[in-house]
Amino acid sequence: MLVYSLKRLLLACLVVLTVSGITFILTNAAIDPAKALAGDSASAADIDAIRKAYGFDRPLPVQYFDWLGSALIGEFGESVRMRRPVATLLLERLPVTMSLGACALAFALLLSIPLGVVAALKPNSAVDRVALSLSVLGQALPTFWFALMMIILFGVILRWLPISGSDTWLHFVMPAIALGYYATPAFMRLTRAGMIEVLASDYIRTARAKGLRPPTVLFKHALRNAVIPVVSLAAVQFGFMLGGSVVIETIFALHGVGFLAWESISRSDIPVVQAIVLLISLFYIVLTLLADLLNAYLDPRIRVA
Amino acid sequence: MSAILEVRDLRVEIPIATGTLVPVRGVSFQVERGKTLCIVGESGCGKSLTSLAIMNLLPKRAKRTAGQLALAGADLQGVDERAMADLRGNKMAMIFQEPMTSLNPAYTIGNQLEEAYLRHRRATRAEARERAVYLLEKVGITAAGSRLRQYPHQLSGGLRQRVMIAMALMCGPDLIIADEPTTALDVTIQAQILHLLASLQREFHMGVMLITHDLGIVARVADRVAVMYAGEIVETGTVHEVFASPLHPYTQGLLRCIPVPGKTRRGEHLGSIPGVVPALFGEATQCSFANRCPHAMPACTAAPIPLTAIGADRAYRCVLPVEACVANQARAVAA
Repeated sequence: MLVYSLKRLLLACLVVLTVSGITFILTNAAIDPAKALAGDSASAADIDAIRKAYGFDRPLPVQYFDWLGSALIGEFGESVRMRRPVATLLLERLPVTMSLGACALAFALLLSIPLGVVAALKPNSAVDRVALSLSVLGQALPTFWFALMMIILFGVILRWLPISGSDTWLHFVMPAIALGYYATPAFMRLTRAGMIEVLASDYIRTARAKGLRPPTVLFKHALRNAVIPVVSLAAVQFGFMLGGSVVIETIFALHGVGFLAWESISRSDIPVVQAIVLLISLFYIVLTLLADLLNAYLDPRIRVA
Repeated sequence: MSAILEVRDLRVEIPIATGTLVPVRGVSFQVERGKTLCIVGESGCGKSLTSLAIMNLLPKRAKRTAGQLALAGADLQGVDERAMADLRGNKMAMIFQEPMTSLNPAYTIGNQLEEAYLRHRRATRAEARERAVYLLEKVGITAAGSRLRQYPHQLSGGLRQRVMIAMALMCGPDLIIADEPTTALDVTIQAQILHLLASLQREFHMGVMLITHDLGIVARVADRVAVMYAGEIVETGTVHEVFASPLHPYTQGLLRCIPVPGKTRRGEHLGSIPGVVPALFGEATQCSFANRCPHAMPACTAAPIPLTAIGADRAYRCVLPVEACVANQARAVAA
């Protein structure tokens, strides 16, 4: 298990390095940092002066390793527009996005796994059909439209929930549902398919032949094996949610990393954009790593691989 | 010697789109304490469903009825699923055909062994572990203590089947139902496992119901034999009687299919029974073997054939009188 974990960790580091390199090249190819810094009204001479002053005239690899070196010690430079260190900005915004992502994932899993289990216990029953309809609906509805409909119903008409800001936990209810609902169908279908397959397996028959009670058979022997693919998917989905939070945070005016990304991209704030892309990809990689380790814990056959 | 398992007129019905399938049609037998009953027959004759019906582990759609179904004198028919679950793994245990897939891949051998004991006994985990180690040693697994921490995928098929046997023995059951326990194993391992089952049976004085299609196994371990064909028992008796003088044409055919060392010559054709098992829809209206039987006559297809008892525990299901059956067999052997 230790060797397996170390191998995975090494692989993850290599992926982070690759992603950071690609991000650096792409942002530099898309935007001229000196021009962005100088502003629209600057003369060619001003831009040249800035290019020299900030070292943008050096070869790209040199700039990259310079940036990477600072990034390794948590130094991401200063935001061009806000004149504040990027690291501070990110640290301020991160808790909001993480809470949103965690709530959304929790909502998605708590809704989809029980639904999937119930659907699997009685395939083609009324419950199964309702769950199927929900999942089709979930995949068909655009997230932003679903969010706006919720705002109209619960925020404007019923006045149950606040529609913008991030002051209390109530502010997170609608954004989390809007963000999490999109992942629900996939989780549910995967749980359902996994449970149906596992419940028909020989070891479930063995468990019943031992006289184990139905809840033990269902939760200890069946669900444990059925959720293994769901765990992998959940990690990937959490990464998607962090990306999807750009839209949701903008709709609900939650001042998280997603909102910051949207602001920075529209203002060509290169250091912030680079840091955010690196941060989100880092999350993605850490989550995939965690999923691998959790999978190895759940399924002992993976550990030897 | 009292019967540990009594089965009379057991039927299994499965409703399907085009009618009702009756894969087990009125089967009766007894398993005695300390004895082995072998149920023999080809694939699809209802052997496995019979065992699942006794354990009440049939698929949901299947319906079970019986004239009598009793374990150690206690009726199994009236009891609800809760009470059945109390008996399963406790008073009656089952060993399955596929050791590779019958253990849960997510839990250690120890966990899966102990869980049966903890379910049925008031015991601590330490006591359950002690019992598991004791039984793993009994079934011939060395270093039992460290095996408990292993996962099923780390064990070979033969070892896994030994674990399954140990698991069945955890609560000291009165009856073991083994459904083709050696079919998925190498021939050399098969012999070891059968030998093991036989010695454990003597030691713990259990009744064993062994389901198999392999007559070689029957000859080695059975006390009594019940030959099944198309959901019915067509012949039953002690292993000696059935092998020495098979009465039913199907049994005679089965026995001709095994080569006899020293007697069957190299290159000689082994026997075979032409035709296939009939589909088991609805009620029997004739002898189910009639379409494959070399001795079929009009009487065979006129009405269902009853099981005829000859002597205390010998019976066969054929229109021919015993003498004619014996004569048929004698002619076949001479030919």
